[in-house]
Amino acid sequence: MDAAAPRPKENMGEPLPRVDARLKVTGQAHYPADLPTANIAYGALATSSIAKGKVTKLRLDDVRAVPGLLDIVTYGDMDKVDKPKFGNSGATSIGPLHDRRIFHDGQIVALAVAETFEAAEEAARLIRAEYEEEKPTATFDSPGTATIPAAGKSPLFKEDVKAGDFDAAYADAAVKIDQRYSTPTQHHNPIELFSTTAFWEGDQLTVHEPSQNVTGWKVELARQLKIDPAKVRIVSPFIGGAFGSKGPMTPRTAIVAVAAKRLGRPVRCVTSRMQAFGTQTYRAETRHRIRIGAGKDGRISAFAHEGWEVTSRPDAYVVGGTSATGRMYDYGSVLTHVSLVQTDRNTPGYMRSPPETPYVYALENAMDEMAVALGMDPVEFRRINEPKVEPIGKKPFSSRSLIQCYDQAAEAFGWADRDPKVGAMRDGDWLVGMGCATAIYPTAVAPCAARVRLTVDGDVRLQCGSHEIGTGVRTVAGQMASERLGVSIDKISVEMGDSSLPPAPVSGGSISTASVCSAVLMACDAIRTKLYAAATAEGGPLVGSHNEELELAGGKIVAKSGASAKVGDVLKAMQVGAIEEYAEFAPKNATPEALKKLYAGTPEFHGADQDEDSVKYAFGAEFVEVRINRFTREIRVPRIVGAFAAGRIMNTRTARSQLMGGMIWGIGQALHEATEVDRRYARYVNRDLQDYLVPVNADIKDLQVILVPEVDHAVNPAGAKGLGELGNVGTAAAVASAVYHATGKRIRDLPIRIEQLLV
Amino acid sequence: MRPFVYEQPADISAAVAIASRFTTSDDQPTRANAQFIAGGTNLADYMKLGVAEPNRLLDLNRLKESGLRQIRVTDDGIRFGALVRMGEAADHREVKERYPVIADSLRLAASGQIRNMASLAGNILQRTRCEYFRETSWQCNKRVPGSGCAAMEGFNRQHAVLGDSDACIATYHGDFAQALIALDAVVHAEGSRGARKIPFAKLHRQPGDTPHIETDLAADEIITAIEVPAMPWARRSLYLKIRDRESYAFALASAAVALDLDGETVREARIALGGVATVPWRAGAAEQSLQGKKLDETSAEAAADAAFAQAQPRQHNAFKIELGKRTLVRALLETRDMKV
Ligand SMILES: Cc1cc2nc3c(=O)[nH]c(=O)nc-3n(C[C@H](O)[C@H](O)[C@H](O)COP(=O)(O)OP(=O)(O)OC[C@H]3O[C@@H](n4cnc5c(N)ncnc54)[C@H](O)[C@@H]3O)c2cc1C
Ligand code: SF4
Repeated sequence: MDAAAPRPKENMGEPLPRVDARLKVTGQAHYPADLPTANIAYGALATSSIAKGKVTKLRLDDVRAVPGLLDIVTYGDMDKVDKPKFGNSGATSIGPLHDRRIFHDGQIVALAVAETFEAAEEAARLIRAEYEEEKPTATFDSPGTATIPAAGKSPLFKEDVKAGDFDAAYADAAVKIDQRYSTPTQHHNPIELFSTTAFWEGDQLTVHEPSQNVTGWKVELARQLKIDPAKVRIVSPFIGGAFGSKGPMTPRTAIVAVAAKRLGRPVRCVTSRMQAFGTQTYRAETRHRIRIGAGKDGRISAFAHEGWEVTSRPDAYVVGGTSATGRMYDYGSVLTHVSLVQTDRNTPGYMRSPPETPYVYALENAMDEMAVALGMDPVEFRRINEPKVEPIGKKPFSSRSLIQCYDQAAEAFGWADRDPKVGAMRDGDWLVGMGCATAIYPTAVAPCAARVRLTVDGDVRLQCGSHEIGTGVRTVAGQMASERLGVSIDKISVEMGDSSLPPAPVSGGSISTASVCSAVLMACDAIRTKLYAAATAEGGPLVGSHNEELELAGGKIVAKSGASAKVGDVLKAMQVGAIEEYAEFAPKNATPEALKKLYAGTPEFHGADQDEDSVKYAFGAEFVEVRINRFTREIRVPRIVGAFAAGRIMNTRTARSQLMGGMIWGIGQALHEATEVDRRYARYVNRDLQDYLVPVNADIKDLQVILVPEVDHAVNPAGAKGLGELGNVGTAAAVASAVYHATGKRIRDLPIRIEQLLV
Repeated sequence: MRPFVYEQPADISAAVAIASRFTTSDDQPTRANAQFIAGGTNLADYMKLGVAEPNRLLDLNRLKESGLRQIRVTDDGIRFGALVRMGEAADHREVKERYPVIADSLRLAASGQIRNMASLAGNILQRTRCEYFRETSWQCNKRVPGSGCAAMEGFNRQHAVLGDSDACIATYHGDFAQALIALDAVVHAEGSRGARKIPFAKLHRQPGDTPHIETDLAADEIITAIEVPAMPWARRSLYLKIRDRESYAFALASAAVALDLDGETVREARIALGGVATVPWRAGAAEQSLQGKKLDETSAEAAADAAFAQAQPRQHNAFKIELGKRTLVRALLETRDMKV
């Protein structure tokens, strides 16, 4: 086995290649905008060039002259449908064509529809809006912000967690820090552009659009269009990168659906990369103040984390990572507070590890500062503050292997060879620095349905309305069925990404593997039960055997005694061509409405910090080496090692790949990624991949992922913790720690750039 | 995208004839109705963005003159045909041996795919990447003369600190041009008024009050070749490019350096600076300050100070002065230490 396919250790599944790998690398995977659609018309958006004010007039004269123009959908044309709602399935409550008010830069003012893509683009470009402009508020420190408490503003962020008497403990602490940190606006920039293709067959609407939430969108789109959800179908077989950006539906979807209805023809609208910055969501910029107090022995007695986050005027999107940072270590006392800062910007949204990325960055950078203040090794400092129970509710962790992660990563990295003195390590003209940080991600699970059919020929068809956003969920779901039904993976077809399939929750919060696999497990076990019953019944081939003595393997039911029966023969004896089971999985703590809510597209999340018995998190430790040129100060990352424990690893290949991608993204967050906002106009400046930098191959050198074995039966029946969002948590803090070690400069504002190290 | 006519002239004179038919002698090449296209990696991009709006594209790739596609090395120097691709020139054995600074400047530019597509003439004529220039909803004097400059008080981290004006502070981002200006290259051009040679240093224009005038070329003039004089000591030369990431990014600061050394003493130095100026930038004062001196960190720093003496910082790009100096110091020392 090579690095890409790590040998499974205890409680880990085989590194099966992705079932759709070949399709993807040979260009045969059809992404939503590639799905062949007959007689299609093309739509292009016109968007605002101001961030606040009113559209007084749209000048359309030149536009109407564009050959091939078919329609312009604009103000007034959406009056018969409802405005979007902000929430899990909706990116914003702003109905851009419901209201001539402009809430943010790049707001949709019209959709031009034409016979060709080029004509639509040209028409959209010629649409000239006239405005009544007002002075917009761009971000923190801009005039005109309004600051409100975040707690209770979002169902996902109910309270500011606290424990004990922070003020007293902090006042008494022998060693303390009080520092501020910040993270910038970031846009997901998936390589697949955002698109909507809509067509009507009678009163039945089909939408092809990359989506992480087909069921939620079906219901929300039907609500906006005031039609029965059963008349809406969302199709999204492959998604070319999502990272949260395709979780909530944006207002474009309904606009394109209305355009298709008006025209009586399919309409496809692919937004440009530049337009995505204003029409989609993004990671809000955040600011943090962290205070930590500890005794000389390094034991933390006081921890306070205050956060401020940019949001839009109408919608209270909450990042809110204090729930995790407040539970990370054995703090003694905890005080947290999160505030929202309202500005004239589009509504932010989920972006890979939405709360943890910025909040854990601030915490871990502060932990490193604290270790320095204590004169203590940063790994040792974490070890000393390892909790028995989490500090807020005093609940145990269902499992927590952070120290094992630190030990294994430190060993592989060679941490012992690090000279702790700042600036002591050099290689010619290059300053060498080494740093580390903790990764954490909450382990949640949601209800999920799945249908599995086993045929007399031994073929398996698995259907589940989850989403292949690149994580490999199609593969691991197939693998789960393969293991439970004893059928090889190439006999299994997995269908996902369609709202007409059994509903699955939104693919967010790293819940998919656990939720989907738990449902698949249920369906497969129901099939097993039927097969076993038939095989062991009077006159059956394995009569007398008990279910516990039976296994499914190689297309056979095999008894402990060695006797076996072909599955196909059992089915024939049952006089059926197939067994099909529809399973509805609900987590242990689910409410009685849980399944109903799944079908309504508003699934309950359980686990993480929500359960009574324990809190549930996955952990990791990341170590980074940086090199900084002594003259020019550019920062390079020759080595990064991460060790992660996340319960059952379904497939070591896809798990490693997710964690690797996360770590690379983390390097980008540390050194490259930022959306620049022109503060005068509250407009985005670097709206393309030339200026919005992410790491390229040359930036990533030696990267090692270690999968640390862990068993956790409490999290969900599959025993798996999500890890899709674990890898990029903490990375930026590890880089900041290494930069400090190399240079003695503590950088607290991301991304860390040359100019911060020149002074 | 606006509709346009696409033509593939068969030879240089046909291309010039069509160009002169559809342009006037006052037209700027970048604003004319008819424009030349080579690799298209710059022009097609800007057409899609609505920044360039030619009605007619004259594709140079079918021109039959074979010299346009050749690299010729002679005792007099080296001659690059205008249509030679960046990648070819970067990989050329003699270019690498005799003019490492040229090979480096090309190798460190763009990406492999772009280098395979982009021509050398197109490269030296590439237009600025100023964000406010690239997106038509902003005010920009270069794109719409007299409309104002959104970058001046806006987000100007990538903008120039040398050669700027009150009208425009856009950086010239190309790398190859820095090597060419350092080595006293000459550009050959052919237009309706005949063929001529333009010293490389005269090709680009500083913005002044007219940032929309970018080069000395007429709208119907085609660059046919670039010539670099023979310079045996250019074997001791390099291009150092400092950027936010390791590859596929424009320079925050760069330096093209060639040194003629007598032991550690500088007989002659050639220095150009990229990423910091509005046009390809020859650092004459720095060259002079080194002449006859022993090259060490102190004299290199003095040269760097001289190079940036006139630099004009803005809100987000002030670091480029310090970075530019350090880049030059490092480049000088690394060039000194080259084993040739
Ligand atoms: C993502 C990206 C990254 C890049 N990074 C870098 C980098 O790091 N460093 C760097 O130096 N460059 C970089 N570039 C710029 C790239 O090198 C240029 O786009 C390319 O060299 C232009 O060459 P071309 O042949 O494609 O020109 P075209 O796009 O065809 O033409 C460019 C201009 O030159 C004119 N022109 C072309 N040929 C002639 C001729 N023979 N006579 C007269 N006029 C002519 C055209 O009319 C046009 O105005 C990057 C480009 C991109 C897209
Ligand atoms: S710097 Fe120059 S190119 Fe950029 S906006 Fe100003 S005038 Fe335009």
